[in-house]
Amino acid sequence: MLMFILRRLGTMFITMVALTFIVFYLVNLPGNLEKLAKTEGNMRMTDEQVDAWLEKEGFKRPFVTRYVEWLGNTLQGDMGYSRVFRKQVSAVVGERLGYTGILMFWVMIVMVPGALIVGVLAGMREGSILDRSLSVGSITSTSAPEYVTGIIFTVIFASSLGLLKGIASTRSITIENFTLPVMTMAIYGMGYIARMTRASMAEVMTSQYIRTARLKGLNFRTVVLKHALRNALIAPFTVIMLQFPWLLTGVVIVETMFNYKGFGWALVQAAGNNDINMLLAISWVAVIVVLLTQLISDIGYAYLNPRIRVK
Amino acid sequence: MEPLSTVEIIVQTLIRFWPTWTAIAVTLIVCYVIRDKLGVVGRLYGSSVGLWGAVLVLFWIFTAVFADLIAIQPALEQSFAPGMKKALPGTGFMKDLDDGTQVAVYYLWGGDNLARDLFSRVVYGSQVVLIIAPTATLIAYMVGSTLGLPAGYYLGWMDTLMSFLANLVLAFPVILLFYLLVTPEVNEVKLIPIGPINLPWSLPIGMAAFFFLFPIIFLCTMWYTKYEKNAQKLGLYIGATLVIGLWLYSGLVFNRDPLGFVGMAPNELNVFAAVILGSSPGVFRIVRGLTMDIKTRDYVAAAQTRGERPWYIMLWEILPNARGPLIVDFCLRIGYTTILLGTLGFFGLGLSPESPDWGSMINHGRAFVRLASTVHLSLFPAIALMTLVLGLNLLADGLREESLKD
Repeated sequence: MLMFILRRLGTMFITMVALTFIVFYLVNLPGNLEKLAKTEGNMRMTDEQVDAWLEKEGFKRPFVTRYVEWLGNTLQGDMGYSRVFRKQVSAVVGERLGYTGILMFWVMIVMVPGALIVGVLAGMREGSILDRSLSVGSITSTSAPEYVTGIIFTVIFASSLGLLKGIASTRSITIENFTLPVMTMAIYGMGYIARMTRASMAEVMTSQYIRTARLKGLNFRTVVLKHALRNALIAPFTVIMLQFPWLLTGVVIVETMFNYKGFGWALVQAAGNNDINMLLAISWVAVIVVLLTQLISDIGYAYLNPRIRVK
Repeated sequence: MEPLSTVEIIVQTLIRFWPTWTAIAVTLIVCYVIRDKLGVVGRLYGSSVGLWGAVLVLFWIFTAVFADLIAIQPALEQSFAPGMKKALPGTGFMKDLDDGTQVAVYYLWGGDNLARDLFSRVVYGSQVVLIIAPTATLIAYMVGSTLGLPAGYYLGWMDTLMSFLANLVLAFPVILLFYLLVTPEVNEVKLIPIGPINLPWSLPIGMAAFFFLFPIIFLCTMWYTKYEKNAQKLGLYIGATLVIGLWLYSGLVFNRDPLGFVGMAPNELNVFAAVILGSSPGVFRIVRGLTMDIKTRDYVAAAQTRGERPWYIMLWEILPNARGPLIVDFCLRIGYTTILLGTLGFFGLGLSPESPDWGSMINHGRAFVRLASTVHLSLFPAIALMTLVLGLNLLADGLREESLKD
């Protein structure tokens, strides 16, 4: 088990270095640097002035030197200065991640139990009317990306009925503000997790030990709750963990749409204004989140599934 | 002019779609008659979910095909009549024709902020989406299969390397990738003089040049392994593939079609490159997994004993036998590509701002969504995108269920 974790950590580290290298390369392309020089200096700079500015700011040094320097600084926690937010990048990232964390917490609270309940109910009696309608419901929810459900919900609940607000503020977290973004994000992920849970539940329900339990005379409720549920929930666990990278895109869409100034909003600002340090820090954090969840999902799967653990 | 009532809007909308309804009816009837010869597709008539999915997908396909008949006016045409900006659904105005007469035109789904007809734009948008999404998915499939088959078949270091690369792309947040790839600074096209022509070059063009090679390699390998002994057929197929492939290649990737027929706007090429990059690792993983599963079967062992070459086995024994799950995945993946395309549009990356693709329309409309009188600007394209993806997902589900019955 230890070897397994160590090997995964090794791959993780290589992946991280490779990805940040690519991002570093992309944000440092000549066109981007020129734009940076012009926004920092003035828009009517001549080519020579741009060159001089880049020289002065150290952008003309060899690419690899700068990358290694950045990597070294980042590992020590110094991610540089954000040119858009006018603050230390680490401070901005910390603050924005906090806001997104609050949003994600509520999304998880709504999404995970909801999806598991729908999946278990649908998979409990495969082929029943309940199963069919819940399955079509899950397919519908996976077919509507955040920017579609967000629009539809805003139209129904905010613009027409006026019950909720179409804007979420980081300062006040109320039901009025938060319901729409949370719903929008939860619904898209919910369908997928529910379908996985349903498949896993349906498979467990056809297995021998469930039949034995039924033949022994236990009622359906007990069989589902005591015997089937525990085994049926192993597969969805991995799926939920692997949803994180997806949720990241969702976070960016939802935060842009509802103007919630979290991590995703910061990403859009940084990318739109070519804030190099900020972009690098964001990709660094995003990649760590993705890889960590993959690691947790692998370890958790091995831990939950005795067949793999014993091996 | 009196605006149309809700009922009139619905009726007129249904009437405008008449070519689509006719085509769907004809297709469904023809397919029903020959359903026994269609395999899994024919058995869709037994599952209501799959059939509904097929109808939704057919609806958008035929709408794209007959867009010129269905649309009220061209996607970019603006109305200069007063009050047509952000007009409510059903608003009408008198349009001046070239010959001096006037005709009543109704914006069935309202007008957008530049007084263009939303209905026509959504209809024309289906063309954009239904050209880019399936084509990009198909190319992603060729890329994924060409790399996934040998990875799953040989395993070893090549597999480790390619799986690492695939995981690399998958671990990267799609949205950040799009932002980095599709910004104008990255796309600045440089001209590299090679001999008599100036070859345009930028990062997305480079990526597209790499990805678009795969269909040609894939098809040529296919023909070569099958007709190795039959020089005449081999020459014919490979020749045809190379001529057509390289012709399309020069036009699509470098916009240097010698005949001047085929071409793609630089924006479109960027979107293609980004979407293919985003979805080919997924294809790679599924093809690799299926190959690892199928290569243990007896017919593969038989082919190996016959002394067939590895690439023959991969392309003509393993791939055809993996078609069931691959077709299902293909349907799902077109939906996923559509969503990606919409995401690009939503962030205003990629296609030109006036393009009628649904993602861009949602993006332009979302500024007005909080006002009850202007919600239609983003609502209609959002519903269009959702119904297409829903159709694809339902179709995939139906196909999966029917193919599992074997």
